Amino acid sequence: MVVGESEAVVAPGYGFGFVLDSTMMIITQALFFAFGWLFFMRKLFKYYEIHNVVIQLLFSVTITLSCTMFELIIFEIIGFLDSNSRYFHWHINLYLMLVVLIVIIPIYFAQQVVNAVRVVQRWKMGRFLPLAIWMLFVYFFWKIGDPFPILSTKHGIFSIEQLISRVGVIGVTLMAVLSGFGAVNAPYTYMTYFLRNVSENDIQGQEKRLHQTTDMIISKKKRIALAEKQSLAFEGESAAKQSGMRKVWNMFSGANPNSSENIGALQKEVGALEELAKQLYVEFVDMLLQKERVAYSKTFKGKYFDVLGHFFSIYCIYKIIICTVNIVFDRVGKVDPVTRGISITVNWIGLQVDVEFWSQHVSFILVGVIVVASIRGLLITFTKFFYAISSSKSSNVIVLCFAEIMGMYFVSSVLLMRMNMPEDYRVIITEVLGKELDFSFYHRWFDVIFLVSALSSIGVLYLVHEHTKDRKMSS
Amino acid sequence: APVHLMADSLKKAKIVVLGDSGVGKSSFVHLICHRQVLTNPSWTVGCNVEVKVHEYGKALSTSQSYFLEFWDMGGSPAYKKGRSIFYSNTNGIILVYDRTNRKSHDHLPKWMSEFHCSQQGGASTSKTSKQGLGFFSDSRGSLAYDPESFADQGVPVMIVGTKGDCARSASLSSNITGAIEINLDCNSLSQLTFDSQQTTELNKFFDKVIEKRYFPSYHMVSGHL
Repeated sequence: MVVGESEAVVAPGYGFGFVLDSTMMIITQALFFAFGWLFFMRKLFKYYEIHNVVIQLLFSVTITLSCTMFELIIFEIIGFLDSNSRYFHWHINLYLMLVVLIVIIPIYFAQQVVNAVRVVQRWKMGRFLPLAIWMLFVYFFWKIGDPFPILSTKHGIFSIEQLISRVGVIGVTLMAVLSGFGAVNAPYTYMTYFLRNVSENDIQGQEKRLHQTTDMIISKKKRIALAEKQSLAFEGESAAKQSGMRKVWNMFSGANPNSSENIGALQKEVGALEELAKQLYVEFVDMLLQKERVAYSKTFKGKYFDVLGHFFSIYCIYKIIICTVNIVFDRVGKVDPVTRGISITVNWIGLQVDVEFWSQHVSFILVGVIVVASIRGLLITFTKFFYAISSSKSSNVIVLCFAEIMGMYFVSSVLLMRMNMPEDYRVIITEVLGKELDFSFYHRWFDVIFLVSALSSIGVLYLVHEHTKDRKMSS
Repeated sequence: APVHLMADSLKKAKIVVLGDSGVGKSSFVHLICHRQVLTNPSWTVGCNVEVKVHEYGKALSTSQSYFLEFWDMGGSPAYKKGRSIFYSNTNGIILVYDRTNRKSHDHLPKWMSEFHCSQQGGASTSKTSKQGLGFFSDSRGSLAYDPESFADQGVPVMIVGTKGDCARSASLSSNITGAIEINLDCNSLSQLTFDSQQTTELNKFFDKVIEKRYFPSYHMVSGHL
C-alpha cells in the first residue's frame, strides 16, 4: 500500500504496527486500572466511606503501572508485540512510575498530613509546608544512595539510573524483610506441630474469670456512681455551711463526708481491674482462635496445609543456608534456574530437549507464577495490615503510604527478576533500567536483609510461643 | 444509709452499645454517664462497662432510682468471636453509627443479627431458625432483616448518629422501626442540656428499657411504640 510505504520511510520502526500495539497496551492498562479501582473500593475501603477520589485514583494508577511492567516482561519472553513498541512502552511506563513515586505521591501525602494537623490550618505559610516536606523527602531519598556502591556519577545527577538505583534499594529492603518474615511465618502457621491444644474446660474457665472480673468492675462503678451522686446532692445542700478550705480538701482527697466511700481509691481499683479484664479478653479470643485452628487441622484441607507447611519449612531452611553461603563465599549465581534446570535435564538425565523452546516456555511459566504470587501476596498483606491499623481518620494517609511502598516493591521485583530469566531475556531489563546498574549488588543486599529478617522472625516467634506456653501452664 | 448497702439494693438494667469500630461508642457512653467529654479515646478492647443512676418516672410523684449498665463493646472485626458472651440478659440496645461514614450506618442490621444469633445460642445459622427472629428470605433468596416483626418481640432499640460536628456528615434514616433515633455530637455537652431534644429522647429510651424489664404489663397496655 502506498500510504504504508510512505509511513515506513518517514518513521522507520514506528508504523501501523506500533499503533496497533499501543492500542493493545492501552486496553490492558485500562483493565489493570479497573482492577485497582475495584480492589480499593470493595476490599480496602470495606468499612469506610470514600471521601477523597484522588487517592483512589493514585492507588489505581500505581497498580496499573506496576502490572504493565510485569506484562511487558512476559511479552518480552513470549515475543508478543513488536520489539520497538515494547521498548517505547517500557520507557514511558518507567518515567511515569518514577514521577508518581517520587513526586506525586509524596507531595500529596505531605499535603494530607498537613491538612490533618489542626494547628497548621490557621497558619498562613501552611500552604508551603507540603512543598518543604517534599524537599526534605527528596534530600533523604538522595542520601540513601550514598553509602551503597551502586553507581558512579559519570552520568550526571538527574539520570534515570540514579533514581532507579535508590528506588531499588528501598524496594529490595522491603522485599527481603517481607520474604524473610513470610518464609518463617508460613511453616509456623501451617504446621500443626506448633498448635497448642486448648480444652473446653480452659475456655470455660477463662470465660468465668472474665465474667467475674466484669461483675467486680460493675459493682465498684455502681458504688462510685452512687457516691458521686450523693456528693453532688450534699454539695448543693450544704454548700454554704462548709468553709472554703474544707471544700477544697474534700475535692482533692476524694473523700465524701456524707458517705463512707473513698472515690479515689475505688477508681484506682477499677482501673487495675479494667486492665486485667482487657488481658483476659485478649487471651480468651486467642483461645477461641486456637480451638478453631485445632478443629480445622483435623479436616482434609487442614491436613493438606500441614503437609505444605512441612515443605515450606524445608524451603525456608534451604533458603537460609543458601543466603549464608552466598554471603560467606561472596558468590552470585550467574546461571538462572531455568537454564540450569534445562542443562541438568540434558546433561545428567540425558534427555534431548529443544533448549530454546523449553527455555522460553519454562521462563514464561516461572515468571508468570512469581508475578501473580507476589502481587496477590502483597495485596493480601496490605489488606490485613490496613484492617488492623487504620481508623476512619487515618485511612487516606495509610493508603497513600501503601501505594508508595507497593510501587517501590514492584520496581524492585522487576530488578530482581532479572536473575530468574535466561540471558536472552535479561537484555530488555538491563537496557531499560540502565546498563550501569550493578545488579549483583542488589542480590547481595537481598540476601543479607533476608537472612537478618528470617533470623529475627525466628527469634520473635520463638519468644512469643514460649511466652504463651508459660502463661497457659501457670493459669 | 451506707452506700455499699444501697448499691446492692437498687435494681439494674443492662444496655448493650454496639457499632463499628471508631464510630464513637466509648465517647458516647462516657458523655452520658459522666457528663464529661472523653479527651483521649482509645480503641476498646473487649467490653467497657459504665454505670449511670437513672431516675425512673421523673414526671410521676414516685420516682425511683435504677442502675443503668452500659456495656460498650469493642467493634473491631478481630474480636467478633469473643463478644457473644457479653450479650446475655440484655434489656436494651443502643446502635451507634458515624454520620460521616455511610458504611457504618449500613452495617447496623449486621450488628442486630449478630446480637440475635448470640441469643439463639450462636450455633444456628440456618435460615428457618432465623425466620422466627424477624428474618425472611427476600427475592434474591438471601436473608434480609424485617424490622417490623422484630419490633414486636424484643429489646428496645435506640440509634445514635455521632460526629455531626464534622464536615460531610449526613443525616441517615434507618429502617429499624420501633427504634428511637437521635443525633448526638459527643465533643461537647451543649446538646445534653436539661431540656434538649436529645436528653428527652434518651430519658424516654431509658424509661422504656426499665419498663420492659420490671413492668412488662405497662408495656403491653401502652402498645409498642
